[in-house]
Amino acid sequence: MRGSRDTKPGKHARVRKYGAELQRCQLEATPVEQGDYHPLKPIIVTDSRSRRGGRKGSTSSSSSSSSSVAMDPLSSMMEGTDPLSLFAAASASEVPTLSHSSSSVELGRKQRENEDEVGADFEPWSAKRGEILSRFTTTEKLSINLFMGSEKNKASSPSSAVSEKVRTRLEELDDLEEGSQRELLNLSQQDYVKRIEELNQSLKEAWASDQKVKALKIVIQCSKLLSDTSVIQFYPSKFVLITDILDTFGRLVYERIWSMCSDPRPQPDSFSVEDVNDTAKETCLNWFFKIASIRELIPRLYVEAAILKCNRFLNKTGIQETLPRLTAMIRGIGDPLVAVYARAYLCRVGMEVAPHLKDSLNKNFFDLLASFRQIHSDTVQNQLVIQRVEIPVYLTLYSPAIHWILQCVAYRAPDVLLTEMMERCKKLGNNALLLNSVMWAFRPEFVAARATDFIGMIKDCDEAGFPKHLLFGSLGRSLACADPAESERLPILNEAWKVITKVRSPQDYINCAEIWVEFTCRHFTKREVNTVLADIIKHMTPDRAFEDAYPQLQSVMKKILTYFHNFSVLFSMEKFLPFMDMFQKDSVRVEVCKSIMEVFIKHQQEPTRDPVILNALLHVCKTMHDSVNALTVEDEKRSLALLINGFIRMVSFGRDFEQQLSFCVEARATFCNLETVIIQLIHTVNQLAMETKRVMGGNHSRKTAAFVRACAAYSFITIPSLTSIFSRLHLYLLSGQVALANQCLSQADAFLKAAVSILPEVPRTISVEGKQRSSEAFLLDFINSFLSTLLVVPDHPEQGVLYLVRGLLNMVQDYTWEDNSDAKVRVYISALPLLAAMSQENYLYTIPKVDSNETLYGGDPKFVAEISRLCETLIGQVLDHLKTLGREEGVRRQGSIAFALFSVLLAHGDLRNNKLNQLAVNLWNLSHKNGYCETRTSVRTLEHIKQQAQQPELSHLSDMLLRLSLQSRA
Amino acid sequence: MSVILDIRLKRANKVYHEAEVLAGVVVITSKEAVQHQGISLTMEGLVNLQLSSKSVGVFEAFYNSVKPIQLINSNIEVAKPGKVPGGKTEIPFEFPLQVKGNKVLYETYHGVFVNIQYTLRCDMRRPLLAKDLSKTCEFIHVLQPQKSKVQPSPVDFTISPETLQNVKERNSLPKFLVRGHLDATNCVITQPLTGELVVESSEVAIKSIELQLVRVETCGCAEGYARDATEIQNIQIAEGDVCHGLPIPIYMVFPRLFTCPTLETTNFNVEFEMNVVIVLHDDHLITENFPLKLCRV
Repeated sequence: MRGSRDTKPGKHARVRKYGAELQRCQLEATPVEQGDYHPLKPIIVTDSRSRRGGRKGSTSSSSSSSSSVAMDPLSSMMEGTDPLSLFAAASASEVPTLSHSSSSVELGRKQRENEDEVGADFEPWSAKRGEILSRFTTTEKLSINLFMGSEKNKASSPSSAVSEKVRTRLEELDDLEEGSQRELLNLSQQDYVKRIEELNQSLKEAWASDQKVKALKIVIQCSKLLSDTSVIQFYPSKFVLITDILDTFGRLVYERIWSMCSDPRPQPDSFSVEDVNDTAKETCLNWFFKIASIRELIPRLYVEAAILKCNRFLNKTGIQETLPRLTAMIRGIGDPLVAVYARAYLCRVGMEVAPHLKDSLNKNFFDLLASFRQIHSDTVQNQLVIQRVEIPVYLTLYSPAIHWILQCVAYRAPDVLLTEMMERCKKLGNNALLLNSVMWAFRPEFVAARATDFIGMIKDCDEAGFPKHLLFGSLGRSLACADPAESERLPILNEAWKVITKVRSPQDYINCAEIWVEFTCRHFTKREVNTVLADIIKHMTPDRAFEDAYPQLQSVMKKILTYFHNFSVLFSMEKFLPFMDMFQKDSVRVEVCKSIMEVFIKHQQEPTRDPVILNALLHVCKTMHDSVNALTVEDEKRSLALLINGFIRMVSFGRDFEQQLSFCVEARATFCNLETVIIQLIHTVNQLAMETKRVMGGNHSRKTAAFVRACAAYSFITIPSLTSIFSRLHLYLLSGQVALANQCLSQADAFLKAAVSILPEVPRTISVEGKQRSSEAFLLDFINSFLSTLLVVPDHPEQGVLYLVRGLLNMVQDYTWEDNSDAKVRVYISALPLLAAMSQENYLYTIPKVDSNETLYGGDPKFVAEISRLCETLIGQVLDHLKTLGREEGVRRQGSIAFALFSVLLAHGDLRNNKLNQLAVNLWNLSHKNGYCETRTSVRTLEHIKQQAQQPELSHLSDMLLRLSLQSRA
Repeated sequence: MSVILDIRLKRANKVYHEAEVLAGVVVITSKEAVQHQGISLTMEGLVNLQLSSKSVGVFEAFYNSVKPIQLINSNIEVAKPGKVPGGKTEIPFEFPLQVKGNKVLYETYHGVFVNIQYTLRCDMRRPLLAKDLSKTCEFIHVLQPQKSKVQPSPVDFTISPETLQNVKERNSLPKFLVRGHLDATNCVITQPLTGELVVESSEVAIKSIELQLVRVETCGCAEGYARDATEIQNIQIAEGDVCHGLPIPIYMVFPRLFTCPTLETTNFNVEFEMNVVIVLHDDHLITENFPLKLCRV
């Protein structure tokens, strides 16, 4: 250690002139010329090309009239139009004036095509699928009856002998699993679904293993299941399951035929008949002949519909001719439920394959109307009696299919057509089932415009059969999306609610009411909403009916919150809080509270002191807070705390600071379990103190002085309740700073002392984001910022000089640092600049109206000497440490610490002092001894010294510079 | 050492008209070279008549089957005696479907008692110790479409208890009324049979309505002639108690091979009929018969 141990650095920190230094360091401010060019300025490309030219894009060879102000290379590549604006121009120009466009024919075609396509606004079948499966379930036993190859017995029944030859032929067709007539009885629903899925699987397997006939047989047998209406409640789900198989089959056949088209394969979507070769055509034709000879009506219908798309291989008009034929064929199905689902399937396939063929969709619907009376036929009634299914339940089975058909029909249909449809429905005596589907499927705007008519029609429906509340539910759903005429709104609401309020069953009632709340919130004031809430409470309270309706009630709450953002209005609704009281299950309650708070935080723009809001929200927050228990997960706590914090931040009593403080006191009592909230409260109080100071312009009156002391007291007694040690440390420091700023010296002292006193409690590791990390870095950070505060803290008159600094350093000394850690020494090194700063005549910063040590001691030599002694001790400690490092493997660390100390000495030490100078040089050499020093840093340090040396008062540095050398690694 | 002989016709559907040329290839697949004494193709058209056991005795039906009528029999040589190299060899051929003399070529028809079948047979004669190889492939002969227009001859029909024949106790029948029409009874074989049917009223619920396509085959033989009607296919057009008053489409595609234009010759006739079968819920069976005349236009 080259004897530097013996060096006694007599003094001292070098004298700093902070003002001058700052000025020297400041960059020269040069005004920026606001020229034309700026790299961040957007390039403005003005496209004055005619729109039509733009739309045609590549075809327009006319010399471009585009004049770009600043031609950017990308757009110049594209003849001045970038592809995005090209699309935009195209879509913009498609709407207006057809006649002016030279290419109006083309445009017209394009438009028509667009109309024909099924857009994203068409709710696809896949969306309905799941809903149907979950809605139509049964606990009854089901059966699957599959005849594989026992057809011949049936076929021969009517007249006479089927010849041997035909018989063998049929057997060839039908028999793959001879005599495999399987009848699976007593299946539960799950088993049934599983079986169907197995069939789907075996279909794919049969196809893959080239057993086309077997595949066809599976499909036929499956579609035959659709003619069976036993366990009628399950029929819609059965339909979904089996049509899945049909879809698979249709896809397989189509893909196979498509793959037979020789290379180059035609485009999958747009090929013409000419592209298809003979083999493919023949195969396709074969399928159709095979299917045409299926004996039973329903399988023949379904299977042909499934491969409808394949008609495209044969001729252009195939689909166009087949769809009406299949539509007419459905008339042969006697059972109305089976028929309506067959229609739904046909519409579905039709929409998929040929959405432009609206006629057959319409025809389907009209046929449905024509055969509607079948629903009430004796056959059906008898069946229902046998199966013990009630009429309303039975009727709801129709809904998915009729909804679907109407949805297809109404999709982008002109109003005239819809009106006609409605008239036709009316003719059937306002059949409720139809009416319901009409309201579901037609455009909400259409329904909304005729809402009054609809209400009239609903009223005319007979009560038996389809429940009216479902009708009003459907109407409400439409009205939630589209607005009826202004003048009609109130009558509509009155009429609707008159019916809704009469619904007996709470479940039915709330289902319907929930829908109408949206309409009410959207168009009416809090008075009406309040009435509605009152009604809901009245219906749902008896027998604690609300317990079964939490989802709906939550949805009601959500809708109210969507439309009412003004919380003073919201809480002034008499029934709002009673409504909230209906959420009695804890989890739901908290969920509701959270949604309220989310809306509040999102929409409350200004701080509030409205007692109504405060009381209500405090209650809401308390509910959330009280849900926290030992089992609550950390994330949940965090999200709750976040919401409560959001609320606390929004509370402001303006200049009534005392009330604000008492609010904080109350809040502290209320939210004691959420640490994050407590921290927020302390911050709020600190902020309050600073706000007070700002209002008073820095001069506290007696009253405000007492108030800020009260604030400090609040913080002081609150902080210890926190468990997180670093939160406590930082808050102590922060509160200390606030107290200091407010001239509460003893309070500040107490805060800082408290901080120092809990330092030993800091654990060596803390958990950060679930991982154990060393706390060292955090602790060092804290100590550094603590040290910088200490500069302005005046010494306590009854304690010794630099009482807090010593206290801190003692704590650091006693703290059990990690083994092999330089943290302690690092603290010592960083304490040196503080001490240097303290020995200046004028401090770097001060707090207004607080006398720091500079004034207290006035540069007393004893004080300076004390500081110097402290410095010596610290440096001594550092050097000791360096020595131990030298002995061990820690040479790299040694170098780094030595360099750090050197830097500090260079920046803060008075290097005219020879010993100090010598020490610095020795440290430099030590740090370079083992070649672990970064050369770049060293070079820059030397440059810095060189620069510093140019100042007159630091000229001695140039001498030192000569003694510092960049040692090579050798 | 296996040799595989195969005939591949160019046309995927194997349908040929008279005077057209059957083009295709004879494919010989073998690992080694094959020695042969000539490969030839034979085209043969035969009408097979069989007597039904109903009209003659069982044994007679078995023994007395009428001699087949040959329509065409011609032969060409594909390859002279020699050797076919190993691997896959394709020998193309063209064979005109041309009848000698004034014989008439009937359409291909697969029936019960009458069968009209055309085959193309490839024979490979081979030297001693090796079996001759042969492969047969059926092709379909279809008449040239006639130029003349057919009269559609639509038929209206009404079915009610009163219109029925063959009823034992007319009183026990439930009341019903079914009206309908067929668009044509002179049908074009490539076009479906179409029409409509309306159940106007029915006391008893309807279980099913079906269309039954029936062939009527007549064979002449020494003892006179035998006439038999058998079902070709049965197509259900209504299931369950259908809506009254709503027209239900009648639609049936004529199956290929099992139907041909109505045929009347000196030795045999092939005719077709269609039955509308209404099954009531009490298992009453009501049938209305329509003779059809099929032709190819």
